[in-house]
Amino acid sequence: MTIEALAQATGAEVLTKTVDLSREAACGFSCDLLSWVMAHGQADMAWVTVQTHMNVIAVATLHDMACVIIPEGNSMPADVLAKAEEEGVAVLASPKGAYELCGLMWTAGLRGE
Amino acid sequence: MAVLKEVFPVAAEDFVSAGEASAQIKRLLKKLGVDGGVVRRISIASYEAEINLVIHSLGGQMELQVDEKEIVLIVSDVGPGIPNIELAMSEGYSTASDDVRMMGFGAGMGLSNMARNSDEFNIESREGSGTTIRMTFLLS
Repeated sequence: MTIEALAQATGAEVLTKTVDLSREAACGFSCDLLSWVMAHGQADMAWVTVQTHMNVIAVATLHDMACVIIPEGNSMPADVLAKAEEEGVAVLASPKGAYELCGLMWTAGLRGE
Repeated sequence: MAVLKEVFPVAAEDFVSAGEASAQIKRLLKKLGVDGGVVRRISIASYEAEINLVIHSLGGQMELQVDEKEIVLIVSDVGPGIPNIELAMSEGYSTASDDVRMMGFGAGMGLSNMARNSDEFNIESREGSGTTIRMTFLLS
């Protein structure tokens, strides 16, 4: 499903302004341990994490992920968002918790790695 | 004979730039037309190595060597060295601080992720002088 459809399905706001929302997300994942994500990440993944620092974008970029979804109404610092835009990784934010977000992603048809 | 050799310095405790060297290595390998699966394995290993340099070392570097048959990544630092490599290699063991763990680092998977993703993995360390990791990735 496209990132735009994913944002609609999860009630998430798109924080990045310049990233192509017609890109397809192929699978979903939720984890806050970066090494774990490095070990299990995949291309075109939609990754749910409460981490919002610069290295989230580094991990997402190295795996060529489609997007990062921030739960619990948290936001991402402007310099990190600028880096995400530079690297072409969409960042979404939702007031919903990670558990509920994953449920909505699954219901919308997005499966695990 | 090395077709390409490039050195990427990595500064201690620089969490803002952490990952930059690995991103450069990935871009370089993609440009060279290296197989996607190999690029993925090197990306994971180089990122873990880079983060280890940032978190644990007093500063170091990653040297990338590419030839027709293999890609070698040599990660070296100037200290402080690992007292017990066997313990450091065991999954879940980490000496990272609480602050670093709060950022999602320090899961104790770095060295094992490197070993798992490389075809050859060698680590040497001496307390007081530093650590050198050599990883080889075969191209055929």
